[in-house]
Amino acid sequence: MLSASEIVQPVGLTLTLALIVTLILLVVGTPIAWWLCRTRSPLQPAVAAVVSLPLVLPPTVLGFYLLLAFGPNGPGGLLAPLWGARTLAFSFEGLIIASVLYSLPFMVQPLRTAFEALGDEPLEAAATLGAGRWKTFFRVVVPLSRAGYLTGAILTFAHTVGEFGVVLMIGGNIPGKTKLVSMAIYDFVERLEWDKAHILAGGMVVFAFVVITAVMMLDRRVGRVAG
Amino acid sequence: MRRTTILLGVSLLALSSVPAFAADVSAAVAANFTKPAEELGAAFTAKTGDTVTFSFGATGALYTQISQGAPFEVFFSADNKRPAQAVKEGFGVEGTVFTYAVGKVVLYSPSLDLTDGAAVLKANAFQHLSVADPKTAPYGAAAMETLDKLGLTEALSPKIVTGENISQALQFIDSANAELGFVALSQVIDKPAPQVWRVPAEDYTPILQDAVLLKPGEADPAAAAFLEFLKSDEARAIIEKYGYEVGSGQ
Repeated sequence: MLSASEIVQPVGLTLTLALIVTLILLVVGTPIAWWLCRTRSPLQPAVAAVVSLPLVLPPTVLGFYLLLAFGPNGPGGLLAPLWGARTLAFSFEGLIIASVLYSLPFMVQPLRTAFEALGDEPLEAAATLGAGRWKTFFRVVVPLSRAGYLTGAILTFAHTVGEFGVVLMIGGNIPGKTKLVSMAIYDFVERLEWDKAHILAGGMVVFAFVVITAVMMLDRRVGRVAG
Repeated sequence: MRRTTILLGVSLLALSSVPAFAADVSAAVAANFTKPAEELGAAFTAKTGDTVTFSFGATGALYTQISQGAPFEVFFSADNKRPAQAVKEGFGVEGTVFTYAVGKVVLYSPSLDLTDGAAVLKANAFQHLSVADPKTAPYGAAAMETLDKLGLTEALSPKIVTGENISQALQFIDSANAELGFVALSQVIDKPAPQVWRVPAEDYTPILQDAVLLKPGEADPAAAAFLEFLKSDEARAIIEKYGYEVGSGQ
C-alpha cells in the first residue's frame, strides 16, 4: 500500500537539503567566483579547474573519496567526534558537506560569468563616488549580478535535488536522515514497486522541466535588458 | 577510397558477428557471488574455451533489468524466488532452475573481537551496523531475521545503515564508516577468525541461491554448458572453497 511517509519524507528531506546547500553556496561561492574573476594569480587556472571537477567526475568517484574521507581514518574522523559521531557518513551533515562540494561549480560558474560581464566601469564609478570595497560590492556588484545569483541558486538547488551517485555511496539510505528522493526512486524500482516510483519519478520530470524553463526565461529576460 | 572503407567496415562487422569457435556467455550474477563466479568463469574457459562475461549487481536490480529485456543468458540469483519468478513470467526457460549455492550469513568487523558475536550485538557499544537492504537482498533479510531471533531488532534499528547490496554493506565496514555488519561468509572467507562470527544456521532461513537459463540463452549451447558445469565436482569444490554449501544440484 501507498503510505504517505514513504513519499513525503524523502521529498521534505531533499528540499531541506537543497535549500541549505543553496544558502551555503551563495555565501561560499561568491568570494570564490569573485577571486577567480579578478585575480592575476598564476594559480587561477588550477583553482578554476578544481572548482569545475565535479562537472566532469562521475559521482561515484566523488562518493568513493568522500566515503574514505568521512570515515574514522580520514578528516571526517577528526570532525565527527565534535558531536559524538565516529563518521560523517550516514548523516544529514555529511550529505550537506558532500552536496556543497558537488554543487560548487553550479553556483560558481554563473556568478563568475556575471562578475566578468560587469567590467571595471561600475567599480571605478563607485570608487570615484567614495564607496568602500564592501559597500561597492553589496550596493553595486550584487544588484548588477542578480541574474547570475538567480541562475546559480536555481541550478544549485536543482542539481542537489537530482544528485544520486554520491548519496548512494555515503548515505546508508536511512529514512528521515539520508534517504533522498533519488534514493527512494531507486529503491522502489528495485523492489518492483513501480506505482510509487512513478509518483516520485514523474514529480522529478515536472520539477526538472520547470527549472530549465525558469533558467531559460531568465536568460532571455536578461538578454533583453542587456541588449 | 570511400567505397573501400565501407567495404572494409562491412567485412569487419561480418567477421566480428560470427563467433569463430569460442562463444561468450553473458551472465547476470548476484553481487555476493562475485569472487567464486570469476573463478568458475576462468575454470570454464580453461575447460571449454568458451568465455563468460559477468554483470554483477543486486538481485532485485538484475531482475528488473531482465524483465525489461536485458540480453543476459543465465541468471545467478541470491535467492530462490527470482529464478522461479523468471520462469513464471516467461523470461526463464522451464526446467532449468537449480540451487547452485547455499549462502551463509556472518557478522564481520575488522576492529571488534567477534568470537561471541551475539554478545557484541547485545552490548550495543557501536554506532553503525551495516546490512544489505532487507527488502531486496536476501542476506539483508537474513540479517534482520537474526536480529529478530536475538530480540535486538528494536534496540539496534536506529544504528542500522543499509547498503543497496551485500557488496556495499561490506564497503561501509571496510572503509571503517560502520564498525560492523552482516555480510556473506564468501566475502570475508580470508579474514582471521575473531573478526568473523558465523551466525548459527538455525537463526535464519537458509539462503538458497538459484540459477536459471534465460530465454536469450536458450539457443546458445555454451550457456547451457556453463550451467551444467556448475553442477560438476570441480565447480562445487570452487563454490565450497568460498564459503557456500552446495545445493543438491536439483
